[in-house]
Amino acid sequence: MATATAEQASQRHAARRAARSASHYALPVFTALAIGYLLIPIVVMIIFSFNDYQGKFNFVWHGFTLAAWEQPLAWPGLADAIRTSLVIAGLATVVSTILGTMIGLALTRYHFRGRGAINGLIFLPLAAPEIVLGASLLTLFINVGLRSGLTPPGLTLLPKGTLALGFNTVLIAHIMFCISFVVVTVKARLSGFDRHLEEAAMDLGANEWTTFWRVTFPLILPGVLAAAVLAFSLSIDDFVITNFVSGTTNTFPIWVYGIIRNALPAQINVIGSIVFLTAVGLVGFTTLRSGRAVRLR
Amino acid sequence: MAATATIAVRPPSRRRRLLALAPYALLIPGLLWLLYFFVWPVFQMLLMSLSSGTLDSGFRLTFTTKPYVDALTRFPSQWGNSLLYAGIATLIDFLIGFPVAYTIAFRGGRWKNLLLFLVIAPFFTSFLIRTISWQILLGDEGPVLAFLKHSLGVVPVDFSVLYSPIAVIAGLTYNFLPFMILPLYVALEKIDGRLLEAAGDLYANPWQTFRRVTFPLSLPGVFAGTILTFIPAMGDYVNAELLGSPKTRMIGNVIQGRFLQTNDYPVASALSIVLMVGILAAVLIYARRLGTEELTG
Repeated sequence: MATATAEQASQRHAARRAARSASHYALPVFTALAIGYLLIPIVVMIIFSFNDYQGKFNFVWHGFTLAAWEQPLAWPGLADAIRTSLVIAGLATVVSTILGTMIGLALTRYHFRGRGAINGLIFLPLAAPEIVLGASLLTLFINVGLRSGLTPPGLTLLPKGTLALGFNTVLIAHIMFCISFVVVTVKARLSGFDRHLEEAAMDLGANEWTTFWRVTFPLILPGVLAAAVLAFSLSIDDFVITNFVSGTTNTFPIWVYGIIRNALPAQINVIGSIVFLTAVGLVGFTTLRSGRAVRLR
Repeated sequence: MAATATIAVRPPSRRRRLLALAPYALLIPGLLWLLYFFVWPVFQMLLMSLSSGTLDSGFRLTFTTKPYVDALTRFPSQWGNSLLYAGIATLIDFLIGFPVAYTIAFRGGRWKNLLLFLVIAPFFTSFLIRTISWQILLGDEGPVLAFLKHSLGVVPVDFSVLYSPIAVIAGLTYNFLPFMILPLYVALEKIDGRLLEAAGDLYANPWQTFRRVTFPLSLPGVFAGTILTFIPAMGDYVNAELLGSPKTRMIGNVIQGRFLQTNDYPVASALSIVLMVGILAAVLIYARRLGTEELTG
């Protein structure tokens, strides 16, 4: 009898342990599968950049080739589109980072009337669907073009054609949607900021200007850089808003969207792979460096 | 502090008065940009939605409600598709995202940063290219179906996923999953482990602890994650365009088509306004339900 119960107990014990270890491994396995799911299209993109595809569409695997990697820009308009994307992303990053950082500083360091309204104004472009942002900007630029009475004051003073759909309008749109992201990122960094450091600098005789550049700015720089990286990646990848305001100007995503009706060249995969590997490399590099800096400290 | 005291005795100098203007000087350039290129365009779109006319004859503000009547009555299937696809995609993203965020937050250990990096890795490739990858993956002779059809023979040869609602939902689910995982992770990561220990000390079993402590504390993340997924999914037109058919068109496709192809600006504007107001109203009601007031941070 005694042995039977002991056996039963140990069986029950084993069953419970099995159940516990199942639940112990279930979550990590599920997470690994989900992350695999997130990475599948990237793997497909990289693999199909080596595809020796037949015809115009790089849809079905036919064999390995380096052809597309040897001539990554061998499609009419592709090089121009990439150049436009880089120039717009660079300019949009610089302008939106400066304007957004200024707003972030004002919102976290000063108390003044209307902060709530300003916070709301920053939040709205983040909450509105991109298609609405693109469509409303298109409405604005059309009205400017038509010289209708609805044009906001000041814009009519610009030389005619400045806001015709193209490079300028894309740049304006990108700066607009990047500003809010910059403000949010910079604010997050500034919220843990110790104002006593600035007071100490002032006590030691530094004026506001010196205090800002020697104390405040170095401390918020990581947040500003993070915001700049975010702005750059948002700008270079944007399709929805750009599609509304680009006119005949091609950025890389617009070029891709235009060509995929007629062909799907492997060069798209090559450029995508290069961008992906560069970004991963940069992030890996900065992580390693900052990790080492922390350890040295 | 000492500095403030000494300055207070002195009569307000010119420099002091200039410094008092500092917050406004910091705010004005960025806010002007947002006013000109976000607020004003939305206002113009509102006026456009109350106008009549064509691109050739010009649009006149007539305060007609016809565009709104059209917007609300002529596109029932596209509105339905948008709500249905975005709703299902958000639900699936939540069901995938919550366990993933939970695992990374509580079981991630030293792999935490790597796992988070893998979650955002898709952002390092273009949104369009990822969607094109799904075209390749889900194609009738793509890697998945070709294997199931020819190698395993478990799926009929004429079976097809691409260009069906399932493909569109799969694309939406995929593209916005990181937007669900990240806010959930942030909310779960903040939870004080001692609260969970306390629940255990008070004889809550793991499931009770989760239901009564962990999940309620993660609600801000649930809120942020679901709106960050639902809003872009609701306004999306790229997935429906690349992975769907004319039958799976969403409201974004209608807006895009009327703005960029048929130049029916009044109806397109009315659709955008309805979409934006609908989403904002839903977000506010939802925020009240979940009791989240930290919306604007």
